Amino acid sequence: MSKKISRRKFLVRGGLGTIGVVALGTYVFRNPLRRAMFGMIDSFVPPYSGSGTEANLWFEITKNNTVILHSPKVEMGQGTFTSLAQIVADEFDVSMNQVQVIGAATETGIVDGMSTGGSLSVAQLWQPLREMAATMREMIKNEAAKKLSIDVSSLSTKDGVISGSGKSITYAKAAEGVTKWDVPDTPALKPMKDYKFIGKPIPRIDLNAKVFGEPIFGMDAEMPDMLHAVIVRPEHVGAKYKGANIDEAEKMPGVVKVIQMDNWVGIVAKTYPEALAAKFKLKVDWDVPRKWTEEDIREIISVGNGNEMIVQKGGSSLDPEEEGVETVEFKSPIGAHAQMEPNGAVAHVKDNKATIIISTQVIGVTQKQVADALGFELENVNVIPTYLGGGFGRRLNTSHAIEAAQLSKEVGKPVKYFFTRKEEFQHDMFRPPTHHIMRGKLDENGLLEGLEHHFASGNVAIGSVIMPDMLHGILNADVGAIRGGSIQYSKVPNIRAVQWHNPLPFATSWWRSLGLLANTFAIESFVDEMAIKAAKNPAEFRLALIDDNEDGKRLKAVIKTAIDKAGYTDEVTNGRAMGFAASTDAGAPCAQVVEVSVIDNQVRVHKVTCVLDCGVAVNPDQVKAQCEGAIIMGISASMHEKMTLKDGQLYPTIYGPYDMALMKHSPREIDVHLIQGADVPLPVGEPPLGPIGAAVANAVRRITGKRLTELPLKMG
Amino acid sequence: MKISFTINGAAQTIDIEDTNTPLLWVVRDMLDLKGTKFGCGKSACGACTLHVDGQAIRSCSYAVKFAEGKNITTIEGLGTSEKPHPVQQAWIEEIVPQCGYCQPGFMMATAALLNENPNPTDDDIDKNIINICRCATYYRMRKAIHRAAELTNKNTNAQKL
Repeated sequence: MSKKISRRKFLVRGGLGTIGVVALGTYVFRNPLRRAMFGMIDSFVPPYSGSGTEANLWFEITKNNTVILHSPKVEMGQGTFTSLAQIVADEFDVSMNQVQVIGAATETGIVDGMSTGGSLSVAQLWQPLREMAATMREMIKNEAAKKLSIDVSSLSTKDGVISGSGKSITYAKAAEGVTKWDVPDTPALKPMKDYKFIGKPIPRIDLNAKVFGEPIFGMDAEMPDMLHAVIVRPEHVGAKYKGANIDEAEKMPGVVKVIQMDNWVGIVAKTYPEALAAKFKLKVDWDVPRKWTEEDIREIISVGNGNEMIVQKGGSSLDPEEEGVETVEFKSPIGAHAQMEPNGAVAHVKDNKATIIISTQVIGVTQKQVADALGFELENVNVIPTYLGGGFGRRLNTSHAIEAAQLSKEVGKPVKYFFTRKEEFQHDMFRPPTHHIMRGKLDENGLLEGLEHHFASGNVAIGSVIMPDMLHGILNADVGAIRGGSIQYSKVPNIRAVQWHNPLPFATSWWRSLGLLANTFAIESFVDEMAIKAAKNPAEFRLALIDDNEDGKRLKAVIKTAIDKAGYTDEVTNGRAMGFAASTDAGAPCAQVVEVSVIDNQVRVHKVTCVLDCGVAVNPDQVKAQCEGAIIMGISASMHEKMTLKDGQLYPTIYGPYDMALMKHSPREIDVHLIQGADVPLPVGEPPLGPIGAAVANAVRRITGKRLTELPLKMG
Repeated sequence: MKISFTINGAAQTIDIEDTNTPLLWVVRDMLDLKGTKFGCGKSACGACTLHVDGQAIRSCSYAVKFAEGKNITTIEGLGTSEKPHPVQQAWIEEIVPQCGYCQPGFMMATAALLNENPNPTDDDIDKNIINICRCATYYRMRKAIHRAAELTNKNTNAQKL
């Protein structure tokens, strides 16, 4: 596990995946003693990779001997800050309560030039962060050696203290006054067995803040003399702002200014309720070119319509007319993010500087967009991220930061602006609806000899600010919509996965796990149906279709463990049946067994057994928490949620009518088992969302004989 | 117009023009207690739940004029890290929060439920805890609610002795 890495390599490896800039520096006592490592590779800078060019700081050591990590990734509930703290504590040789993690702001730290997303935060930072923390430890040790006049080789570190030959000094004291740091070669990392915190179920470091109601979210941010704003957004899909009569609104109590921009109108008032009250007095004129219908959307999202891309190809294709070839169609609806904290920002634009406090998954993009909109230099826009009240991909789009900045510029004061819940639902960047045609054929032994997945989706990654369109030009596929769309059964000789994608008249984008939820629903429901046709146990049926290569072994391991832990059977007992499904997403195979009953047409999930191969679980408790949350969110999306078009508007516009899983819909038992099938951490936030929909549908099929082919799953 | 109430144990008088202003915005923006959250503004999600005279109220849809003379408790007044309320203690033990945004509302709803029903069954919990959590932390919340009931009863029994 441990290896010696040259300094040069360290600097290169310190980057976050494909992003160009790497740096490590330090502040002590908030005096910029920074110096230290600075390296740059600028071979590839994606569009809007705004931050990092003037990067300056990863770690701070405070006077009271606490290490502060300025995280380039944000905390949106996924537990990343806690895992990063564990990594720092282990390689920096400090205790957990000596580490703090804060989200880096563009002005003071390194922010991820792309995003916090893709379940990648811990996976990406695993190696560079350990290397940086270990290097920092050695740097401080070198300074201690000078101060204590002891050879560095006889010094050891523990709990933020350097000791040797009967003497000791804290990290803070050792670092005090240092203005020129020597950067050693990256030291060998510790072997896994020596880690005290990595791999342990350490309680989340943000527990207290979240249990005692501390003001940590974007919505909680304030600036002195701050005003409150609302913006009017159209209710109809595709509607354009033509103008507004603002006379009445301007006279409403507390209103400071009504601001008419080219394509929107906003109100700034002393308080939020005053701004909201004035909004209802605006008479806005909209141009509604057409009223989009549900049928229009279904026509657009239909296999055979749009751009075709063959994602996976092996052997020959199946002839749908041939005897023995089965075809089943599946559908999934438009899904809303419905994250609890509305989108918004606190912005202050003064002279040529902008400060934005915001819940964002794309700090660098937010900075660049605000700078471009205001015509500011990038370094004159400081984006300060907060904790996020849920992300799920919604906060990969933060155009509202621009609007908040423009409002602030108009009134010359700080402004807080956020969406109403109706605006959240009508102006989400939705999970696109999908359409799937599954085709398959059994051979004489009852094994699959052909399996095809033809699927249509609205855009996910195409058109996104964090994915260069150039990439899609090369691939001719939407890399988001194809997640989970490939066939994982490597022994099937004839396979196809073919994607069709088309833009929709409303924004569609990243929704936790992207295409995985709908694609796995279609594939794993169909594979189950073929197992029934073959009169085989569906889990055994799948195992027989998987090669014994590296990926195959890992997939088989999660399937076998799930069968074992759940006591999986395809018999119906006392009105309850088990449903099985498995998926492979982002290199992390996951198998789930659900126990379901159907009473009076109500489908109820009683128990879920989940087996995930997540590689190294830096914090196994939080990996399990991600599985539990993903399972219930998956139940919500697969059994409850649906946006539709009604009179040309996206509907519903409020929780409740937008039906989501509540406490009463949550399984009383969730049994998560983790397998370490790789020696690095793998993505965990999204992969467990894959199997759940199909697993439930497969159980319902056992009980009722009915194959449900459309999400949300409804009987009758 | 002046409105007086007690909040988290302290007497408070506010001066407000529109007495139909939701209590939520008074608490958050006038009194700077940010633990009570805005989620939907329509009483549909429960993120803004606080206590008025011991009852769980969705403060986004509760006009401040109704608070006159009442006793309000927010998450900040429920307990502190030094002296956590049993619900908060249970939330910590079960490591419930993920993003954390909805959690104060759930903890306030749970504390009110335990006042009425010190030993809620799973069905009681299903019927009474109807807030929304998008991270879907319901599985741990249910465990924490049972744990909070246990802690509350232990405290009550200790007091009796």
